[in-house]
Amino acid sequence: MSYVIIGNSVAAVGAIEAIRRIDKETPITVISDEPYAVYSRPLISELLAGQVKEEMMGYRAPDFYERHGVEAKLGTRVVSIDSKKKTVKTEAGESIGYNKLLIATGGTPFVPPMKGRELGRVMTFIKMDDAKKIEEMLPELKHVVVIGAGLIGLKAAESLHHRGVKVTVVELADRVMATVLDVEAGKVVQDALENAGIDIITGDTVDEILGDNMGLVNGVKMKSGEALDCDAVIVAIGVVPNAAFAKASGVEVNRGIITDDHMRTNLPDVYAAGDVTEGLDYLSGDNRVMPIWPNAYIQGKIAGFNMTGEERIFTGGLAVNSIELFGVPVVTAGMSNVDSDDLEVLKKSEGGSYRKIVLRDNKVVGAVLVGNIDRAGLVTGLIRERIDISAMRERLLADDFGYIDFPVELRKERLGVAL
Amino acid sequence: MKRVYTKEEACIGCRLCEVHCLTEHSRSKNIIKAHKKEFPRAISRVLVEELRPVSFAVQCRHCDEPVCVEACITGAITKDESGKVVHDEEKCVGCWTCVLVCPHGAPRRDLERRKVAKCDLCPDRETPACVEMCPNRALVYEER
Repeated sequence: MSYVIIGNSVAAVGAIEAIRRIDKETPITVISDEPYAVYSRPLISELLAGQVKEEMMGYRAPDFYERHGVEAKLGTRVVSIDSKKKTVKTEAGESIGYNKLLIATGGTPFVPPMKGRELGRVMTFIKMDDAKKIEEMLPELKHVVVIGAGLIGLKAAESLHHRGVKVTVVELADRVMATVLDVEAGKVVQDALENAGIDIITGDTVDEILGDNMGLVNGVKMKSGEALDCDAVIVAIGVVPNAAFAKASGVEVNRGIITDDHMRTNLPDVYAAGDVTEGLDYLSGDNRVMPIWPNAYIQGKIAGFNMTGEERIFTGGLAVNSIELFGVPVVTAGMSNVDSDDLEVLKKSEGGSYRKIVLRDNKVVGAVLVGNIDRAGLVTGLIRERIDISAMRERLLADDFGYIDFPVELRKERLGVAL
Repeated sequence: MKRVYTKEEACIGCRLCEVHCLTEHSRSKNIIKAHKKEFPRAISRVLVEELRPVSFAVQCRHCDEPVCVEACITGAITKDESGKVVHDEEKCVGCWTCVLVCPHGAPRRDLERRKVAKCDLCPDRETPACVEMCPNRALVYEER
């Protein structure tokens, strides 16, 4: 008996920790193409900014693998799965047998086919090595163009700015973080970025990356025709599931690996978790790719339990995002930016602060808080537990919204009533 | 495991739990120095909510399946063997993900340190400071 996990990030850790709660004996093998012990991918922006040192990047203690009885095969890429023989094959030709397999290979940055994408200093920014490569070229960088104003693009922009590099962010939508923020919230964030000295171009995109005769980036040409000089380009348009090898091995893949409520794939004893999946969305009830850290841990955990035979149901992922840019904290949960007739929006904006609550049938289904984000989790909890908010509707927008506004019985249940 | 529970019928909203929590988590552990001198000032990990005549204290519930542990992006929050939800300040980068996911609204933002502060059940004491110092015994520390 053995467990094999392909991938070595948060979903893998979720699975390992769950497996070891039930099964302390059976060997676990983790295989990853990256050479590092599990680290926090979201922290690469802090690493690049110089705010976190490499030795502090670890997501778990150095003895994590040993303590959990895990053999970590790092720097090893899996190229195929043979679900009949129950083996996975590595790039080096090694064949590794499994009884239960978890695919947790995450996502790959999406780089659209555009002229110049093969030039030197065209970068993506999701892994430790990406941050290290940018660090190495830093002395050469005066101006960097970031394509995409999502979380990754904006964090990359902020980090480079902290290192003294001029940054221009180019975004096809009409505002920053357009997937999760509405116009008002987007403006607060954009103002903070621009006040700090970052240039933001919206409603336009890079058509072509220009290079010099050394094969290095020296500019971009925009769709509008405008051209910008720059020394590097960071492509941060989005991340797509890293599922090609799985698909070629017979795993059912739409945009991501299709998983059921046990995190099983279509193949027997093969599970999937994290950014590689197209799993259940808690609010819509549909399957969708939700590349979000907490969701990856939870999916990994559910997969891990089920792999041991301890049945757990995945009730669906809830999209939550927390980001702070130049001192302005922004959090979103659920359907934070969806237009639909069945949704009711409550919002309040004052100074640099914004608070928006989205309701459907007297239940909270989405939220955005900018500035004062304290106790945002109370709202997220209302979403996750599908609580009827009729009795607290008037208070949802209050900065000091709290348990005091909850129905007494619910509050006492949550806090545990003292006898 | 033992947890802190609130008796809202007994709470008078005096906020002494906040005062003593802050003091306990200061460097000097001296009530005056902690509030008036130390920089950065410690912050209380317990919060009193009040809407006359009701008041009660809220702090980390040390959940059985803590969502903050699952959501923490750096691995700073873990659940230890005793069941306590522990926060490693060294590893915290102030990303506020726990603030966003905790259904109790328990993690507090320490804006001076850019880190989260949460109840650690006072590891240096037998009974957490908030419980011991509550003048009306509105907080209890017990196994349920």
